Amino acid sequence: MFLNETPVLSVRDLVVRFGEGCPACLNHQGSMEKNRCAHCGTVWAANKVSLDVYPGEVLGVVGESGSGKTTLMRSLYFDFPPTSGKALLRDYKDGQKNIWKASSAKQRMIRNNIMGMVYQNPVMGLRMNYSAASNIAEKIIAAGSRNAGQMTYRAKELLTAVEISTSRMGEAPRNFSGGMQQRVQISKALANNPALLLLDEVTTGLDLSVQARVLDLIRKIKALYGISILLVSHDLAVIRMLADRTIVMLDGSIIESGLTDQILEDPQHAYTQQLVHSLL
Amino acid sequence: MESPVEILRIVDLAKSFYLHNPGLKIESCNNINLSLLEGEFIGIVGRSGAGKSTILKCINRSYLPMQGSIFYESEAFGRINLTDASEREILYLRRHEIGYVSQFLNVMPRTTAKEHVMNALVDRGTEEQSAELQAQEMLQYFCLPEKLWNIYPATFSGGERLRLNLAHAMVKEPRLLMLDEPTASLDNKTKLLVRDILQKLKGKRTSMIGIFHDIEFMEGVCDKVFNISEGALVT
Repeated sequence: MFLNETPVLSVRDLVVRFGEGCPACLNHQGSMEKNRCAHCGTVWAANKVSLDVYPGEVLGVVGESGSGKTTLMRSLYFDFPPTSGKALLRDYKDGQKNIWKASSAKQRMIRNNIMGMVYQNPVMGLRMNYSAASNIAEKIIAAGSRNAGQMTYRAKELLTAVEISTSRMGEAPRNFSGGMQQRVQISKALANNPALLLLDEVTTGLDLSVQARVLDLIRKIKALYGISILLVSHDLAVIRMLADRTIVMLDGSIIESGLTDQILEDPQHAYTQQLVHSLL
Repeated sequence: MESPVEILRIVDLAKSFYLHNPGLKIESCNNINLSLLEGEFIGIVGRSGAGKSTILKCINRSYLPMQGSIFYESEAFGRINLTDASEREILYLRRHEIGYVSQFLNVMPRTTAKEHVMNALVDRGTEEQSAELQAQEMLQYFCLPEKLWNIYPATFSGGERLRLNLAHAMVKEPRLLMLDEPTASLDNKTKLLVRDILQKLKGKRTSMIGIFHDIEFMEGVCDKVFNISEGALVT
């Protein structure tokens, strides 16, 4: 039943440190300027972050710029190795092995088959000079398929799902608007039916009508495919619309977590209260 | 005859808010005790700011209670204390057993009235076709004109919004329905319609707890009235 399900993703004590650290900050004794050690300048981008994402659930992550939201996402997608911590995926070795300790080949397999990532900046997620269809095909090939007909079929299916005309599937995303690029990125991330979708500020910088279209698309993806989503946004309206539960990050740590409406209506932490009261 | 099940029992509930800036504690409600039987309808009255909505929001866990217990007789989990139930349990109950209706409408962008009602079912795994049929039935039941079904609800009037909210909550057939000032800012004619609808729901044995400014309007519909200022049930 619903409640006995194993989390699709469990993260425990993720630490991402940029810098060597000094005895003071390594022992959590030195003075810190936000998440930067005042003594040695080491930045603790993520500090003991733990979370669970359950099947079919949207977990929202909010926090100000520099709070560690993207660091969390990018370490999960193996863009850089974490300093320490453990991440378990239900679909990788039955959630028994830490994915950050897996070999490079296994990590590539996880990136291609189990997870999909949509970056805030489409340049990071797309090959701008390759056609939209090739971008999707690249992901499918990476997962091991070689059937061109199937790839074209899948590209058409996915682009239609994100409301991009198939007549434009041969065009390179550099010719597309920001909203369209974002939607191509989403279709690319969905290419191999991932169990977990990582969405990093997908609606930031998009105009309202396109934003509505992307939000609608995410809701449909969740309802139709039952995909679990880790949704990073600093837009509380987006979080309110989509997230079942929400965690709040500040200076690399989770300071509060709860049901989304509880976080927004009855925030407990001083920073969360400030964040919610800043809402337009 | 079997005595009706007690579906909800609130014991010594207290809620206050601490605002870090400017460092202020605001007491909202204190020492709340009430009991709701299956199929019963309790109306809550009290002056503005007395903490009426707070009680409902604590039951819904949109607010974290500071003290006390809220026992709910769940179909899935048996008797459960909503104040310390897990987030996953609360999400399950909201999807399957507990409905919350306010005068405000919270709809996803680009979602029509019918889709909004359907989504309540699709989100818990119902097939789209069956969800559509049930949604239509519910919209009809709550007398929302058919010409509005495929329209985005942003342009709806207060009464239409309320009926849509009711349809969204009731399509899940909740065992417990909370109504947060459903008749606020409605004209008399629409209020009468809402009263009829609530009467109908009572007929379906839905247990309800509602906040009303104009309780005299609900005379004959509410079984009991809880006056929060006096902290006690009056009938």
